[in-house]
Amino acid sequence: MSTFVLLTITGFGLAAMYFLIASGLSLIYGLMGVLNFAHGLFLTVGAYSTWWFGTHLTGLGNVTVRYLVSALIGLCVGALFATLVELLLIRPLYRRHIEQVLVTVGLGLAGTALVQAIWGQDSRPFVTPKWMNETTTVLGAHVPNDRWVEIGAAAAVLVGLETFLRRTRYGLIVRAGVENRAMVTALGIDVRKAFTLVFALGGIAAALAGVLSGVYFSTIDPTQGTNLLIFAFIVVVIGGLGSIGGSALAAVVVGLLQQYVNYYASSGIGDMAVILLLGLVLLARPRGLAGAFAT
Amino acid sequence: MSALPAVQRTRPLLSVVDLHVYLGQSHVLQGVSFDVADGGVTALLGRNGVGKTTTIRAILGLVGRQGRIVYGGDEIQSLATHKIARREIGYVPEDRDVFAGLTVDENLKLAERDAEPRYGLVYELFPELRERGKQRTGTLSGGQQQMLAIARALLNDNRLLLVDEPTKGLAPRLVTEVARVLERVAELATILLVEQNLGVVRKLARDAVVLDQGRVVHAGSAPAFLGQPELVRRLLSVSVA
Repeated sequence: MSTFVLLTITGFGLAAMYFLIASGLSLIYGLMGVLNFAHGLFLTVGAYSTWWFGTHLTGLGNVTVRYLVSALIGLCVGALFATLVELLLIRPLYRRHIEQVLVTVGLGLAGTALVQAIWGQDSRPFVTPKWMNETTTVLGAHVPNDRWVEIGAAAAVLVGLETFLRRTRYGLIVRAGVENRAMVTALGIDVRKAFTLVFALGGIAAALAGVLSGVYFSTIDPTQGTNLLIFAFIVVVIGGLGSIGGSALAAVVVGLLQQYVNYYASSGIGDMAVILLLGLVLLARPRGLAGAFAT
Repeated sequence: MSALPAVQRTRPLLSVVDLHVYLGQSHVLQGVSFDVADGGVTALLGRNGVGKTTTIRAILGLVGRQGRIVYGGDEIQSLATHKIARREIGYVPEDRDVFAGLTVDENLKLAERDAEPRYGLVYELFPELRERGKQRTGTLSGGQQQMLAIARALLNDNRLLLVDEPTKGLAPRLVTEVARVLERVAELATILLVEQNLGVVRKLARDAVVLDQGRVVHAGSAPAFLGQPELVRRLLSVSVA
């Protein structure tokens, strides 16, 4: 029983990171039609920024304060980086989807190589508050505390994005733009501002995933973003392009499936199970669990 | 091109000059030129596939185009679509293009551009939209969606409305209703109307521009054009009762 509980909560923790990457990815594709292969780099930028400031802001003393401050800086850097990518690389290629894909693939590869060139290929230990590495006992399972942080952060992002989409004018523009971008512009709305905003939000969420993946895996390395991006793409497709709720549901299914299969079948089989699930969903519901609407 | 008298009574609100549009390998519009008078309804007519909808979309910049578009004395062809729409141009697209995942209220809210949107007028013309405010638009009937598409364009104080086949696919009772609404709207704004139903054109239009194979083949008074059954049959392939 305790093993099952541990697997479940850890699966939710993994799902939280998938969701944080997938939510931005899904909105960006749903609204702009951009398959952003550089999205994993947003995670890497957030993770390395947090790590770098975490190791250099030693004057702050308290590890918890240092972690929170460096994480906040990491999120800001992630948002700034994503905004610049949209303004400088994506916007000039508006409606040229093949070129956009090529540019984001190139940026993802070049960015990863640059991180490797500067900080090396080796994993870097991530400075985290002591209490995050301790455990809480739940039904006999000793659950690492960072899992609660990851789940809580993803839940907060889910609620925040839903509130943004449902309660704000920009959210309305994004939801409408996911359905019919041309008609939104024909109503006199500059949808490009929504593009930049969505990219910035996606950058923040991915950077948050970077901050939390450093805690989850205890280390960061240059390929972490790319590795997680593969599963985030699967989550987006299963959940339905443009759907935040669909991404959340799909992230939970994928995270739990990986954990259960890796433990109860064999380590490594979990990834294959996810691919199989993707195939089944595409056969049964080609538009994903939640269809094309931003919900 | 045949022409009938009484084309222009006032300075044109909109002038389309030598408009060309290529869609893939197709040269869809091949130098289209016409004026839309300030006030009243100008009908844009033609058989299926001659470029009527493409003309409307080209005016709004929704498709790439070459040529000049002069609106209210200013050239607008270099402006982005949202900036063209902000110059008080409303659009009712051919397939309604309401946002199916949004509610009726949200569709209207999204269309708000003026400081004081004309909800009074909208609900006076379409009282059903008020009752169905919380309903998701994708669940509305075709007629209700058409009402919403028109309402969206009426919410702001537009000078020009580009209305593309508003009666397409509607039951006869709804066609009459839509025509009645457009007649009222024509008192408030100039309308460039794409319409296949000649009964509606006869009721509303003052001028008519006829396209064939991407070119203007006739421009003139709508009643005079419709009064020539042979010309109508030749250009539109329909009989005038």
